[in-house]
Amino acid sequence: MATKAVRPKRVKIPVRGPGKTPITLIVNGQAHELLVEPRRTLLDALRKDLGLTGAKKACDEGTCGACTVLLDSKPIYACMALAIECEGRAIETIEGLARDGKLHPIQQAFIEEDALQCGFCTPGQIMAVKALLDANPSPTLEDVKRALSGNLCRCGAYPKIFKAALRAAELLESLRARHSH
Amino acid sequence: MPKVIKTKTEFEGRTLEEYVVVEGEGLEPWEPQAALRFVGKSTPRIDGPERVTGKALYTADVQLPGMLYGKILRSPHPHAKIKKIDTRKAERFPGVRAVLSSQNTPKIAFRRQTFLFDEIVRYVGDEVACVIADTEEIAQDALELIEVEYEPLPFVLDPEEALQPNAPKVHPSGNLLNGEPEVYERGDLKEGFAHADVIVERTFRTQCALHNCMEPHGSVALWEGDTLTVWDSTQHIFGVREGLARLLGLPLHKVRVIKKYMGGGFGSKNNLGKYTVIAALGAKMTGRPVKVILDRHEENLAAGNRPSSVQRLKIGAKRDGTLTALELKAIVAAGAYCLWPPSVGGPARELYLCPNVRTEQYTVFTNTGPLSAFRAPGYVEGTFALESLMDELAQELGMDPLELRLKNYAEYDQTTGRPYSTKGLRECYERGAKLFGWNLKKKGETRERFRRGVGMASQIWSGNGMPPAYALVKINPDGTATVITGTQDIGTGTRTVLAQIAAEELGFALEKISVELGDTQTGPYAPLSAGSMTVASVGPAVRLAAHEARQQLLDVAAQVLEVPRESLTIADGLLHSSALPKPVAVHEVLKNLENFMIIGRGARAPNPEDVTVNTFGAQFAEVLVDTETGEVKVERIVAVHDSGRVINPLTLSSQIEGGIIQGLGYALFEQRVLDRSTGIVVNDNLENYKVPTALDVPEIVFEMVDRPDPKANNLGAKGVGEPPIIPTAAAIANAVTNALGVRIYELPITRERVLKALGR
Repeated sequence: MATKAVRPKRVKIPVRGPGKTPITLIVNGQAHELLVEPRRTLLDALRKDLGLTGAKKACDEGTCGACTVLLDSKPIYACMALAIECEGRAIETIEGLARDGKLHPIQQAFIEEDALQCGFCTPGQIMAVKALLDANPSPTLEDVKRALSGNLCRCGAYPKIFKAALRAAELLESLRARHSH
Repeated sequence: MPKVIKTKTEFEGRTLEEYVVVEGEGLEPWEPQAALRFVGKSTPRIDGPERVTGKALYTADVQLPGMLYGKILRSPHPHAKIKKIDTRKAERFPGVRAVLSSQNTPKIAFRRQTFLFDEIVRYVGDEVACVIADTEEIAQDALELIEVEYEPLPFVLDPEEALQPNAPKVHPSGNLLNGEPEVYERGDLKEGFAHADVIVERTFRTQCALHNCMEPHGSVALWEGDTLTVWDSTQHIFGVREGLARLLGLPLHKVRVIKKYMGGGFGSKNNLGKYTVIAALGAKMTGRPVKVILDRHEENLAAGNRPSSVQRLKIGAKRDGTLTALELKAIVAAGAYCLWPPSVGGPARELYLCPNVRTEQYTVFTNTGPLSAFRAPGYVEGTFALESLMDELAQELGMDPLELRLKNYAEYDQTTGRPYSTKGLRECYERGAKLFGWNLKKKGETRERFRRGVGMASQIWSGNGMPPAYALVKINPDGTATVITGTQDIGTGTRTVLAQIAAEELGFALEKISVELGDTQTGPYAPLSAGSMTVASVGPAVRLAAHEARQQLLDVAAQVLEVPRESLTIADGLLHSSALPKPVAVHEVLKNLENFMIIGRGARAPNPEDVTVNTFGAQFAEVLVDTETGEVKVERIVAVHDSGRVINPLTLSSQIEGGIIQGLGYALFEQRVLDRSTGIVVNDNLENYKVPTALDVPEIVFEMVDRPDPKANNLGAKGVGEPPIIPTAAAIANAVTNALGVRIYELPITRERVLKALGR
């Protein structure tokens, strides 16, 4: 049976690459112009082009969470996003957390609870906690465990990470209470 | 004056004799009741801020101007001869700066059994060549342009098969390491079994486990003239320096190895890696810095493993539970190369009082990734078999497992005949049982879908530390002090613990102390951070260095303040004396001395010759087994360990929890899976190699005996890195048996094995 060929409607997609292409990334509130190959991941763009080495490359294939950053407030594995996909979107990394030389309450809680050993997964853990607490300011222990289930810690700092997340929630709550007065 | 002493040291189940140089006067350990200000206090990590802000610079984060990247071509064959290798196309690829292979590098002997680039490859993942290029992507692309002609050779993957006379040979000298088994024997085994009323005998199997440190192995190499600087993710900067100097023919002062922060090692970073030598050669060849970092797949192929074991274990006992004989025959898979075989028979030789013991270990080469140390190598495997069979014996005798262990409590070290310096195992059992609510009968078999079970296991390990280890303590003119030593903080909290020790001894506030580690050019020698020995090796040297610095400070202060030296004491950075109207700050004294800098030196004293210094512990597990799915859920672990004095309860508790969680992964789901027809690791990634996640964590309750060991060293402290992983799998296995009524003799206890044991 003959079918009439239908010509698909052409959608104009701008072709970029395979060579380097200019992009603008907004990282921790600052715009950065860079020139990257389309295949460059957000993780490599952060680490190699911007020198922001807080997000770690531990697997580079979306299986460990050490490169967790926030993209439009949602936690993502930076190794699983292409830099060009993230153009114009709000990217938050561990480097943006401390302000004016003062640690973020989550960072403070991680130190006080000793929620780290080698520290290599820590920036990712902290960003995952940040995403959780931004969305759910008073999580239960179960909420914390679920939110962190995509962030591996080979040293097994998990029990302390849970404590730190819950403590950070309290610290943030008391800060909010103080501000509202 | 330095004194040269010949001393015996124990490391990971083996005793060595070596010369060490010590100097200075000994210091007695602090009294158990001494009021200490910093030692024994929970102290958050002094390098916490760097680690939580992403500022801590790991080897993988080092980026130097003009830096190139290296990617390693690895063998796709488990065993093959490289007939021809043609790198010309890869060399011509734009952005490629060099290709290293056997053709253009010196023939450098490596790991006793191979070369940096060997003409024979012996496992899937063995190094063949390395592309050095402007970017990682270019290097990766160019790897595909290297043409290698392999002549595949017969291969063997299974250690038991490898011991067969007609098995393919991994090395020309044969598949058995050193050509013979390692045998230990005491008493008369035959006699022992003849006197036994009950004999139990079983074969236990443990899997090959992969470290999967979060930071991959890797190095950055930089040549400045004829000086080589290497940033390396290593547990032993001085070992890497020595190895690089030896292999590259460099004098030691021209090699600098730096490791400021490291993302986990667990034993897999104890030794110099090929990637380090490759980075150094590539940097030399190109005249630019070179970074070689393994990817996750390479980590799982070529970065070491806890080798699999097959253990035939036989125990004989009298009706009352007294052990009469113990025999172990263990086969351990070395993989393709082996520097240091784990001691699987350690627990069988040491844990229980038994006059007649024989252990025999066959360490066997196979065409698989080479083994390395992995947190308590050998003892984790050996404890699983021994503690499983002890439970089986208890059942046979109708005894409580804990009672059987107490019945055979060893009051002295039977391998040397020496007493233990201290042994708190009995207390670990008692306190653990109480905390746990130990009652085997309470649980047992039920007909429900979910079955609950409890089990326990014991731990023995050295953790004694040893010389040589040296430290400097420098007092700056402003009353701050810097501890300098060539040790490493591999995530255990070494920096913090050393700062606590220095602050205690100096009488300075903790925030006045900084600690400089991980640089061979500035720090005096310290041993590898392994064998649970960093605190017990380096800590005493730091205390002595701080003590000497303090003596100098008192000498100087007495003259400047014109008061009798004996009247002076230091607390909180203030000099106190009855001859002074009010205390004087240290910096007030030093500021008049034109930048005079006090430098104290400390050396770790030898271990005592008349006693054995060990660590002990006991763990209790409660599990819930789903008999429909085979899933084992560990609900609770209670652990009580004895590692002498606790210096930092906070960081110590992290190590205990971490060890237990790693042990849980080993017990239930971690295992390297090989394709038997190709030798390929099929789960060489974190998707399919299962490490514990946040959702697998049980409730963990633990206590430390926390009693200083007066003979161990001047701190009374012993190691704690490895002890907590040792008994976990055994305790879980015993709890699963208690739940199911049948025993699983093989790790990991997967759902499949549980269902099989239940006959489903």
